[in-house]
Amino acid sequence: MIRTSSLTRRTLLKTAGAMPLALAAPSVLRAAGDPLKVGVYGGYFQDSFDSFVYPEFTKATGIEIESIAVPTGEAWLIQLQQAARAKRAPADVSMMATVSIMRGMRTGLWATLDEAAMPNVSNILPTLQNRYENGGLAAVGAVSWYITVATNTDTFPEPIGSWAELWDPKYQDSLGLLALVSNSYLLEITAKTFFGGTEYLSSDESILEVLAKVAELKPNTRLWYRDEAQFEQALKSGEIPIGQYYHDVTGLAAADGFPVRSNFPKEGGLRESGNWAVAGVSDKIDQAQVFIDYMSQPSVQAMLARNLGTAPNVARESMDLTDEEFAAVSSEIEPVVPRYDLHFERTDWLNQIWAEMLQA
Amino acid sequence: MIQSRPRTPLGYLPILLPAFALFAFYVVPFGSMVGMSFFHNLGGGAYEEVFTLENYARLFSPFFLSVLATSFEVAFLVALFAIVVGFPFTYLLVNARRGTQVFWLIVMLSVLSLSEAIIGFAWSTLLSRTAGIGVLFEALGLTEKAQSYAPSLGAVLAGVTYIAMPYAVLLLYPILSRIEPDIEQASRTLGASPLRAFFNVIVPMHRTPIVVSFVMIFVFTLGSYLLPQILGRPTNWTLSVVISDQALLQSNMPFAAALSIFLMTVTILLVLLVTLMNRKGAKA
Repeated sequence: MIRTSSLTRRTLLKTAGAMPLALAAPSVLRAAGDPLKVGVYGGYFQDSFDSFVYPEFTKATGIEIESIAVPTGEAWLIQLQQAARAKRAPADVSMMATVSIMRGMRTGLWATLDEAAMPNVSNILPTLQNRYENGGLAAVGAVSWYITVATNTDTFPEPIGSWAELWDPKYQDSLGLLALVSNSYLLEITAKTFFGGTEYLSSDESILEVLAKVAELKPNTRLWYRDEAQFEQALKSGEIPIGQYYHDVTGLAAADGFPVRSNFPKEGGLRESGNWAVAGVSDKIDQAQVFIDYMSQPSVQAMLARNLGTAPNVARESMDLTDEEFAAVSSEIEPVVPRYDLHFERTDWLNQIWAEMLQA
Repeated sequence: MIQSRPRTPLGYLPILLPAFALFAFYVVPFGSMVGMSFFHNLGGGAYEEVFTLENYARLFSPFFLSVLATSFEVAFLVALFAIVVGFPFTYLLVNARRGTQVFWLIVMLSVLSLSEAIIGFAWSTLLSRTAGIGVLFEALGLTEKAQSYAPSLGAVLAGVTYIAMPYAVLLLYPILSRIEPDIEQASRTLGASPLRAFFNVIVPMHRTPIVVSFVMIFVFTLGSYLLPQILGRPTNWTLSVVISDQALLQSNMPFAAALSIFLMTVTILLVLLVTLMNRKGAKA
């Protein structure tokens, strides 16, 4: 949820050329007056969408877009909720972290989407379709990204093959790890690496057991970072030569000539997703559905992978990405998937035991 | 200064605006925070407006007390360093040439214009193994191999003291600039060295301003939350870090409010205690 603006490509301005579009917008939408307000995380992420996603979308559908920078964390959810009470929608469509989607679902914040109006959504992996209890579709996976083991190749020339290596005493005081239980997902990673899978996190006892294993990382960890830039700088300079970091950004830094590498461990990278959801009070639900449908096409997902470096949310076979292009953003290894249910239901408790472990 | 009271009620008009502003922008938000601290949290920024003590019950735990202790430790040490360095510095400054004084005051004021994030990153680079004083020490042969000095408690103290220093100087400058030069001259004619005159005459004379400045810097420093995160290890994270986590990341406003009021209450008690002791000490 801290994830902000690092999804960018130097190829940004090269812009993906014309995209094949099988989308015919009804003329009624074309005629609609106000633009569709779409919110994504501010910074480079928004810049990327502004530069080449929205113009192509408008060209294809005739729907104008007003781009809105969405604050990170939970702040945007709170703003949307307060606006909804006043029957306003500061954005029609928003990209949200999964736990925020779940929080919004509990208060019925999101419109139930009409799947018949969005045939392309069936391309999106079923696990990335968030549904209300009655089966109604509340949100659709927008883009995904991986957290992997990043290393400075000057210090550690050999690839890192497993998350378990982070526990190796030879890395004493040399790791950088994300500081929060809700953005490091170290409970999930540890459960998959040492306890057979994230299903192990099924009871308080087993969660505490996994937490104790995470605590064994403390002697190896120099920096528990909250801000991406802090670790990125230290990784590039070799100050902190190893740690968990975003696959796409590490790839970018490597392409820029920095001695860094993103290693997909054999247990899989941690895969996190942003989702499109539509405010229930929006009066542009039809246009919003056209937008989500457009974004769910394999060709658009492939274009995002090439230009933003995000991991596609559709089946590999449905896209025309080369092996190299695919490897740059994703991996065939089964990913570690966050236990969003746990982060949603046990927020306070998880954060409390995490803080006590970390600050003890 | 005008001493007489206004003769008509209309004469009180000029103070209405500040009084209203004080009420609207200070009393109301603070009151809503106090109220919030007794609400029941529902998660995701939502809360129920029912009276509950659960937020206060939760904060009286060994964990939060130890974080509070960390906050006080950092604030105490920073206030101490700021005064120990700031007092002699300011004393030298008020006795310096006018131009020198202006130069240093401008430098001090400029520090206040810097963003805490910039200061944090600057210090972390300065204390790093690859680009900072680690390299320098290695080149000078002081250490065998370049070391990193951040993150650590020392790094946090260095960063926060850097921010607190200008406040120390600005608090002490007006007071020290009123010292009569005769006092030091008198002690010198009685045979005291400048150093002795400083420690035996000047410092005791300014006992009260020193304590007051110390307390003000202490309270000011208690609120720092960014530098402990950038320059410290988790054990150096202060209560302010926990409060910002609760408010910004977990959207648990009632608990964040309760923590804030807890921190504030303990601080007020501590300040009262120090003031009381200072008064007693002054009388004795």
